Amino acid sequence: MYQAIVFLPLLGSILAALISLAGAHARHPGGSPAAAHDHAAASAQDRLASPQGGPQPHSQIQLGVTFAQLITTGLLFIAMILSWIGLAAVGFGHDERVSLTTWFASGDLQVAWALRVDTLTAVMLVVVTTISAFVHLYSIGYMEEDPHQPRFFSYLSLFTFAMLMLVTADNLVQLFFGWEGVGLMSYLLIGFWYHKPEANAAAIKAFIVNRVGDFGFSLGIFAVFVMTGSVAFDTVFAQAPALTGKTIHFLAWDADALTVICLLLFMGAMGKSAQFLLHTWLPDAMEGPTPVSALIHAATMVTAGVFMVARLSPLFELAPSAQTFVTFIGATTALFAATVGLVQNDIKRIVAYSTCSQLGYMFVAMGVGAYSVGMFHLFTHAFFKALLFLGSGSVITAMHHEQDIRHMGGLKDRIPFTYAVMVIGTLALTGFPLTAGYYSKDAIIEAAYAGMNPMAIYALLCTIGAAALTAFYSWRLIFKTFHGTPHDRHHFEAARESPIVMLVPLAVLAAGSLLAGYPFKELFAGHGVGEFFRQSLRFAPGNHVLDDMEQVPYLIGVLPTLMMALGFAVAWQFYIRRPALPVELARQHNTLYKFLLNKWYFDELYDVFLVRPAIWLGRLLWKGGDGWLIDGFGPDGVSARVLDVTRNVVRLQTGYLYHYAFAMLIGVAALITWFMLAGGMH
Amino acid sequence: MTIGLGHYLTVAAIVFTIGIIGIFLNRKNVIIIMMSIELILLAVNINLVAFSHFLNDLVGQVYALVVLTVAAAEAAIGLAILVVYFRNRGSIAVEDINLMKG
Repeated sequence: MYQAIVFLPLLGSILAALISLAGAHARHPGGSPAAAHDHAAASAQDRLASPQGGPQPHSQIQLGVTFAQLITTGLLFIAMILSWIGLAAVGFGHDERVSLTTWFASGDLQVAWALRVDTLTAVMLVVVTTISAFVHLYSIGYMEEDPHQPRFFSYLSLFTFAMLMLVTADNLVQLFFGWEGVGLMSYLLIGFWYHKPEANAAAIKAFIVNRVGDFGFSLGIFAVFVMTGSVAFDTVFAQAPALTGKTIHFLAWDADALTVICLLLFMGAMGKSAQFLLHTWLPDAMEGPTPVSALIHAATMVTAGVFMVARLSPLFELAPSAQTFVTFIGATTALFAATVGLVQNDIKRIVAYSTCSQLGYMFVAMGVGAYSVGMFHLFTHAFFKALLFLGSGSVITAMHHEQDIRHMGGLKDRIPFTYAVMVIGTLALTGFPLTAGYYSKDAIIEAAYAGMNPMAIYALLCTIGAAALTAFYSWRLIFKTFHGTPHDRHHFEAARESPIVMLVPLAVLAAGSLLAGYPFKELFAGHGVGEFFRQSLRFAPGNHVLDDMEQVPYLIGVLPTLMMALGFAVAWQFYIRRPALPVELARQHNTLYKFLLNKWYFDELYDVFLVRPAIWLGRLLWKGGDGWLIDGFGPDGVSARVLDVTRNVVRLQTGYLYHYAFAMLIGVAALITWFMLAGGMH
Repeated sequence: MTIGLGHYLTVAAIVFTIGIIGIFLNRKNVIIIMMSIELILLAVNINLVAFSHFLNDLVGQVYALVVLTVAAAEAAIGLAILVVYFRNRGSIAVEDINLMKG
């Protein structure tokens, strides 16, 4: 069953890819003149790029598209159903471990392909397959006019496969395989519309920023292998307690082994989950199609970092300094991203910053040792954030690909259903009582209060502050999009509700956003944790966070709700009652407004301190190292010098008879002189 | 003053030098180069005859005759080549004859 969950999406992806290739081939048999002109050897997918239609009958292509849609979506739905069954079986039963085959064995390094299905994995399986299935369904509507749908669905399914591989990994290397797989698919999907330069730039940016994190992650894996001699989770976790107090010797520096390992691994999580300092790629990733944003950049891939920390909880529990750092980064991200979200104008970017902020919440929970609470927020967040993204996609379709909320307004009468689900998503995101987000978010804030580590108080303040900001920017989004007067009459008139195939996923996710909280509360953040998660999450003996959460003061319990109300009230005041106020405020505090609008100038900062020096260094090595040194004195240089010499020697050959004669004469004279002198010596 | 071997050899050397210089200083005409070659051969002949006389050995004079024959043949062939060359290229100026220029 678990093999089916993991490999059905792969099957779907391969079939859709074949359809995509066949479609490309049919459109340009043997390569179209345009394609042949550009790159004779270009891959079939590149050939898809040329926009002109081929001689292929339209209906046949349409058939292929429909088939690709049905097969990938259908297989995903099967996987989803199996996952829910799996969650019930594992959550209330026992863990499973499915051994597939050996991947490679090199000396001590034994790496196997295996599916490790414990509760943690089962929860992730449910999240990934559910969101993915509905995103597939939604994409059938959203991508309707796109000519490259088979490719799109192939990518989506392949992404799902990689993500499932990641969550079912039984060892760090397999985890890394999934980790890189989702990174690759993220790159391909952000750059899906590769004729857009911004999309290409965003895709490359996402890939490169993730490399920074992955560098740390791979170093972490190496360190784990060096210290424990294994990469399999069971072995590593069994040996982890013995590592306490050991040090890693690096140059002249002895560092606590577990802290170093955890920090390096967390670096990977920071990249993948777009945490503070490595967050810059996530907002730019919104250049991709909206279903991609919903699936990859909100619900699943970006939570891989959170999942990884939870999976490695036996290590993190033993490294309090690393946990403190995780808390710090999470809290900072939660607040930072929320402040930036306040002033953004692109509907998807607001939601993207919100994602970043919510991921910060999850890391706060991880940092203070409340792993199950972080997983709870991951679980609920997947529903309402995917809902918000897909709802935004519905708005964008209705507005004919207009994404700027300043050009929207008054849409609630034109697209009431989208309006309703967006409000539900916003309620859940801001933690309105009884919605899914309410339970998980409050639990995180309580965990931050109950947390022991030095950063817990900081985290508490940040998360509470971020709660108010979240409410403000979320309602700002709703008010500016759906309320008020339309700013673009033409688009407003043309706006109409999305097709049913897009509304069904919205409805399901809306139901999830409302209902995913209460039934799971006890399992994730109450007394059921020990029984539900068993060995998949490990809590150190001194870790009482989950018990202490029960005894937080009443005030802390209601504070998030109050903050939410405050944010809502301010947003109402700003955008419904007195719409001139925010404009006035932005004018008065122009510096602050610009600072936030430009995302704390992080992109500019990185440009000055990292990108430009890198370009400068590259140029130096190119012009100086390669051009001057290698080409000047290397192989090319030697041949150039030989040419120089011959060019001069050739001038001796004037072609004039008397020059040759003169040379002969000189030669004869020299010979005779030599004979005479040498002869005289005898 | 009796005319000795040295005088003959001096004349021969002067003629030879004129021949050499004729080759180098001449920038105009290939025919002059051929004439210079004739001068050089002539200088050789003078040497041969002079030594033959003073050594009382006839072989030298025989060689002088051989040289004369060869020189005549060489002049005939050279001139023939020059005529053909002029037909083909329209010039026998030394400056124009540089097909071997690198």
